Amino acid sequence: MASDRVFGAVVILVALAYIASAFQIQASFMSDPMGSKTFPVIIGVVAALCGGVMVFKPDEEPDWPGLATVGALAITVVVMVGYAYALKPLGFLIPTAITATILSYQIQNRPVFAVLTGLGLSIGLFVIFKYALGLGLVPVPKGWF
Amino acid sequence: MDMDILANLSVGFGIALSPYTLMLAVIGCFLGTIIGALPGLGPSNGVAILIPLTFTLGLDATSALVLMTSVYYGAMYGGRISSILLNIPGDEPALMTTLDGYPMAKQGRAGDALVISGVASFVGAFLATVGLMLLAPLLANVAYLFGPAEYFALYLLAFCTLGGIASNNQAKAALASCIGLGIAMIGLDNQSGMPRFTYGNLHLMDGVDFLVAIVGLFAVAEVFFFIESHGKNTSIGVVLDKVRVPWRDLRACTGTMIRASGVGFVAGVLPGAGASLGSFLAYMSEKSIAGAKGKFGTGAPRGVAAPEAGNNAAAGGALVPMLTLGVPGSGTTAVLLALLMTLNITPGPTLFTDRPDVVWGLIASLLIANFVLLAMNVPMVKIFVKVLMVPPAVLLPGVTMISFVGIYSLSGSYFDLTLMVAFGVLGYVLRKLDIPTVPVILGILLGNNMEDALRRAMILSDGDVSFLFSSPISIGLWVAAVAGFIAPMFLRGVLKKPQAVTD
Repeated sequence: MASDRVFGAVVILVALAYIASAFQIQASFMSDPMGSKTFPVIIGVVAALCGGVMVFKPDEEPDWPGLATVGALAITVVVMVGYAYALKPLGFLIPTAITATILSYQIQNRPVFAVLTGLGLSIGLFVIFKYALGLGLVPVPKGWF
Repeated sequence: MDMDILANLSVGFGIALSPYTLMLAVIGCFLGTIIGALPGLGPSNGVAILIPLTFTLGLDATSALVLMTSVYYGAMYGGRISSILLNIPGDEPALMTTLDGYPMAKQGRAGDALVISGVASFVGAFLATVGLMLLAPLLANVAYLFGPAEYFALYLLAFCTLGGIASNNQAKAALASCIGLGIAMIGLDNQSGMPRFTYGNLHLMDGVDFLVAIVGLFAVAEVFFFIESHGKNTSIGVVLDKVRVPWRDLRACTGTMIRASGVGFVAGVLPGAGASLGSFLAYMSEKSIAGAKGKFGTGAPRGVAAPEAGNNAAAGGALVPMLTLGVPGSGTTAVLLALLMTLNITPGPTLFTDRPDVVWGLIASLLIANFVLLAMNVPMVKIFVKVLMVPPAVLLPGVTMISFVGIYSLSGSYFDLTLMVAFGVLGYVLRKLDIPTVPVILGILLGNNMEDALRRAMILSDGDVSFLFSSPISIGLWVAAVAGFIAPMFLRGVLKKPQAVTD
């Protein structure tokens, strides 16, 4: 109940912001009868109506995870974003091994198994990507070894 | 007309039977069956994470299409393995196969269930490919009559039926479409060249790459779900001992397979309806034909044959609107449409006249792939059963890494990778709230085309809105769209989906 109402309210706010920002779109000298604004405005209006339905006719409350799981999910997101930024400067092998270990540990709390998974995936996928698919991946940064 | 098809088909086989294309088809079938069989990696996820990699391999259009559609067909075959042995459907359409497949496996008839469903998959996919061959050129001719007003109505129909059928709540389905369409608007306006919703961010000028959205919403979101469940809902599964061909059951299922293929194909051809509806209708119609004596739901061979034939026939049928009109009929065909767009192939009636090599090479490869898949999935099924033993704690990190490397090698930008993670979070929240994610993908894929169609219609009519309803085709499409959106609200009570069997 509450989740749908909150989400519906967020949808309405985002839709209004979207409509407002659609009105800011600069008109061009080459104009067609509809212009660049109309379709985004229609989308925003329909989305806001759907948000309204969610506020007034919410479904049953979904089964949200406990605080510990939410924490684990937040850590996963941070790790994934970190991985995205580490891939280029630190090469493929080390960030992949670390990230895969953490993800594996999050799914099943078996530390040794997770480390082996991380190492195995890092090396195995590198071999596949580099030699079977010919992708230009850098294993480790230049000058490290 | 018939001569045309034969001539075209021979051109197609000329392409498909080249050793290189044949090799790609076999690799695709093999990968696809594995992807389908892996619990937690459905056809849409599997095809989604492979597209960026295929693209970076630099394959030409026909080869890439042959490879990926073989993966698609293979995943439809492979999905039944985890449905039957683990009671875990790889995706929505495979749910119906668990209803009788898992009880059969528990009775010690796992081998029989796998063979029956494998043959049913073959019959469904084969008949659907023949249907595709006959129907697609006809529909391509009709599609020539489509102007912008008709195309706009067609896109609307796809959103309405997809949302209406796939979701439990029309508002949520419509919202999902709006999210996708809204995201599609980001970037330079096609007509005026002005930036929209970019807020000065250069990365957003080209718009949001649909592959980033697809991989995020499907694959990354799946990782979050596995972390939440700690891989616990992977039930223990049943052991497979001997695989023999149950000829008596197969003969008894012949009628079922053919009828289910017909039902599945028609459901697949409807834009937006897709494979879920195909397997559902096939199962329900066979259940009512068999009556109480059929013992559906307790491990009836026909209850395994019907949804598998229906599911695979729908997968083939869904290619008809995708190729002729550019409107996908299911989540996985939406992903295949993304592949076509990445390869710069514009689906539509002109595809059949401009690129017959692509269309007929693809159709011929599908026919060949079916025989390859039958061989892989009946005599060699034991190899793929081993795949089920991959624990989620290895599989999901692997999927994540493949997703990252795929998107990274495609664009090389941190921004896209971060955006992919953001789509993963969005996908998790949406699925938690029972908001379907396939319409979001469809919106991102079709948003610009849909707007273009509407704007061109308005240019033609000089702003007269009634032009949208001025031809019999467009009126028909509007009526179908409204009906497709509203009808499920009333039919939901009647067409209640059977619940999955629990241990």
